[in-house]
Amino acid sequence: MFTAATIAILVAMGMALARALLGPTVFDRVLAVNSFGTKTVLLIALLGFLSDRPDFLDIGMVYALINFIGTIAVLKFLKFGDLGTPGGADSDSGDAGPQESRSQG
Amino acid sequence: MAVLLDVASWALLLAGSAFCLIGGLGLLRFPDVYARMHASGITDTLGTMLIVAGLALQAGWTQVTIKLVLILIFLLFTSPTSTYALANAAYNSGLKPFLAPDRDLDGEAKR
Repeated sequence: MFTAATIAILVAMGMALARALLGPTVFDRVLAVNSFGTKTVLLIALLGFLSDRPDFLDIGMVYALINFIGTIAVLKFLKFGDLGTPGGADSDSGDAGPQESRSQG
Repeated sequence: MAVLLDVASWALLLAGSAFCLIGGLGLLRFPDVYARMHASGITDTLGTMLIVAGLALQAGWTQVTIKLVLILIFLLFTSPTSTYALANAAYNSGLKPFLAPDRDLDGEAKR
């Protein structure tokens, strides 16, 4: 039964990977990679049960946090063009942020 | 009792796998990035919750269950945050969502 769930998650990961490769905008790719990371956490947990080594769950926990930080870092880089910029109060207000001139497409 | 737990955890694992597949299919087939976010939310919430619940039923009351619940809590905190940041970034970069042809951005009928 763990095998069936593992195969299903692998297929779903393949779909997310296809979207990450096809994605027309960069946000599609970021979304697909984020979803891929979530599925990776589930896959690690399932593999731990499949091979009777529940220690894998620690790796899954770390992976969940790294995935989140990676997504936020990529989005911050896209918005500010620099990871060193302190985001500050205007980083999520929408219209007041220092919008770099970005070419569409 | 053990058989009952096994059956319950298999049902949860299968349902979680099905939701993961549905989310992946939506991620692949939906037309624009906002619709794809909606599909990816299925994987992040129901798929994760059902699979982790199925695994926790297999593990019983042990340390493994605590780790599983911690993973679930991390994912439930981080995935809405990153999806919010992604939607915000996409909207601010000028990407408009697909709309029905006779509606404007607030859902009002166009005149």
